Amino acid sequence: MNSLQRILAIFLKELRQLARDKPTFGLVVMIPLIQLLLFGYAINTDVRHLPVAVVDLAQTSGSRAMVAAVQASQVADVTHHEYSVLQAEDVIRRGDVRAVLIIPHDFEQRMARREIAAQWLVDGADTMISNVIKQLSNMPPSAIPGYFFETPEPLFQIMLYYNPEQRAVVNIVPGLVGVILTMTMIMFTSAALVRERELGNLELLITTPVKSVELMIGKIVPYIFIGLLQVWIILTLGYLIFSVPIDGSVAQILWATLLFISASLTLGLIISTIATTQLQAMQMTVFVLLPSILLSGFMFPFEGMPRAAQWLAELLPATHYMRLMRGIILRGASIGHMWPDVIALAALALFGIVVAAMRFKKTLD
Amino acid sequence: MVTMAIEAEGLTRSFGDFVAVNNLELHIPEKTIYGFLGPNGCGKSTTMRLLTGLLTPSAGHVRVLGIDIPKGAEALRLRLGYMTQQFSLYDNLTIEENLKFIARIYNLPARKAKTRIEQQLSDFGLDQRRKRMTGSLSGGQRQRLALAAATLHQPELLLLDESTSAVDPENRRDFWEMLFDLCEQDTTILVSTHYMDEAERCHHLAIMESGCKRADGSPKALMANIGAHVLEVDGDNLRQVKATLDILPEVLSTAQQGTYLRVLVDERVTTPDHWLVRQQPALLTGRTIRKVRPSLEDVFIQCTGQERRQ
Repeated sequence: MNSLQRILAIFLKELRQLARDKPTFGLVVMIPLIQLLLFGYAINTDVRHLPVAVVDLAQTSGSRAMVAAVQASQVADVTHHEYSVLQAEDVIRRGDVRAVLIIPHDFEQRMARREIAAQWLVDGADTMISNVIKQLSNMPPSAIPGYFFETPEPLFQIMLYYNPEQRAVVNIVPGLVGVILTMTMIMFTSAALVRERELGNLELLITTPVKSVELMIGKIVPYIFIGLLQVWIILTLGYLIFSVPIDGSVAQILWATLLFISASLTLGLIISTIATTQLQAMQMTVFVLLPSILLSGFMFPFEGMPRAAQWLAELLPATHYMRLMRGIILRGASIGHMWPDVIALAALALFGIVVAAMRFKKTLD
Repeated sequence: MVTMAIEAEGLTRSFGDFVAVNNLELHIPEKTIYGFLGPNGCGKSTTMRLLTGLLTPSAGHVRVLGIDIPKGAEALRLRLGYMTQQFSLYDNLTIEENLKFIARIYNLPARKAKTRIEQQLSDFGLDQRRKRMTGSLSGGQRQRLALAAATLHQPELLLLDESTSAVDPENRRDFWEMLFDLCEQDTTILVSTHYMDEAERCHHLAIMESGCKRADGSPKALMANIGAHVLEVDGDNLRQVKATLDILPEVLSTAQQGTYLRVLVDERVTTPDHWLVRQQPALLTGRTIRKVRPSLEDVFIQCTGQERRQ
């Protein structure tokens, strides 16, 4: 009985403390609620509405009917019309589209001879995406208005770019860089400042001439090097063990990574100004980390997510970095090709440092 | 004319409804050791934080070393050393690394930093342990290190916020010797404490309670002007004696000290020893009642007891 009473005493105390620890209590409720809603809706492996480009060299009523049939499948949305294969390859490298449909000059003749009538160039980096396009090649000619026959030959020829062997690891490794950096950068910086506060070091520091910006910069710079070291480790191992090719230049990778690290670190700093204990900092990090894994396009194609989840994903540094890294490493693109992501990362970093510096006051008020 | 290191008028700070520091007036002469004596939660730490600009006053004026606070708080920081209640150096750095860190924070030039660190290490008896991890130090060693760090940049004003509460009496004694050395070298030192022996060492003292200053002066003057007679009553049944005396309005306080009962009687009572016997003849006749010199604790109880008695 006594034992039970003591257990009850501790239980009630814990409950009371928990109810008073507003941030923790909030997270206890919010983490499952928000994350469940997010991922329940967002994780959808039925990919639809892939952005594709069309290069229609035939320009006949038959070719236009074929484009309409592709559009009608809902698998692909024709977002770009290009006039040459070269231009089409450029938009796919930029990452603007996932595939290009090339309809040759002799489209009508090929249809008449019942040969392969057109070609898909597919960004094969993400195997989930390329599988979807492959399904399109099973489309019977009768799906195109005006054609009524069946052929033994498929209607399309598929050309896989960037990951012809269709190994998932090729897509995973560059993405993993983003996930691991998100985890370490945000967690380390948020915990670092909170730890100073928890151990009482901050009480001393604020009586010294150190300015808050100096303190923050001094605390985050070491982690930039840690981040670069991690990128190097992951990419080197990816190359040596999984033979993930690195098509882009190392300088491009470096620039993209520095941008991403800055954005993540400043996010960590914001967390550190909100959290009062290391545990809270950790919980908040997880709050950012989970969507960064699940919504950024790391695990599931971005195109499969509903619009609202996509908007949310655009707010995560990891989403932009994932695109940049896959573009640079797998498609040999440069950060200039993907300037919207560069601007987004820079804006997030700037926003973060301003908010963190505003929130961190050097007084105890 | 004595120059004042700190001058505060009408200094007030409230947190919501709670007034932590209430209309405080301070004149602290430079090159002295000034103590804040008071129970926990009386506003000692808040006062220190207000004086350093860590907290913004709700009302009042503060001038520290001729600088208006909190406006000039950043300029003050270079001339200020602050030793916190909780040990606030890094446990996972060595003694020497901690001092180097502080030297850099205060922008000491490399050559000066080196000589200052050597000097501090030997002055504070830490040179044999310079490579030791700070986390593995004893309480007294940590405290010496904290003081060495707080005075590394030779501040004109040193604030010690209950810095000695965690060490044994012997270490505290050594610590105070070091404080007097610093004071000799023209440092003004502000100490907050709830230990009488420490308070008694200060040149000047302010007794605080509930955010207000109840009394100030040198410890000697405070004891001389206590406004009460201090009597020692001995014999048996002291608990019973205490209970009967406590209800008398003229008795300001009673406290048992071993085989004695220490009784503070209002100074308006003449011949307090006879008066006391008259109050409870049955209980007090035949006991030895001696008038003794007031101690600082008596002063403290006399100053801070008003609220308790009301």
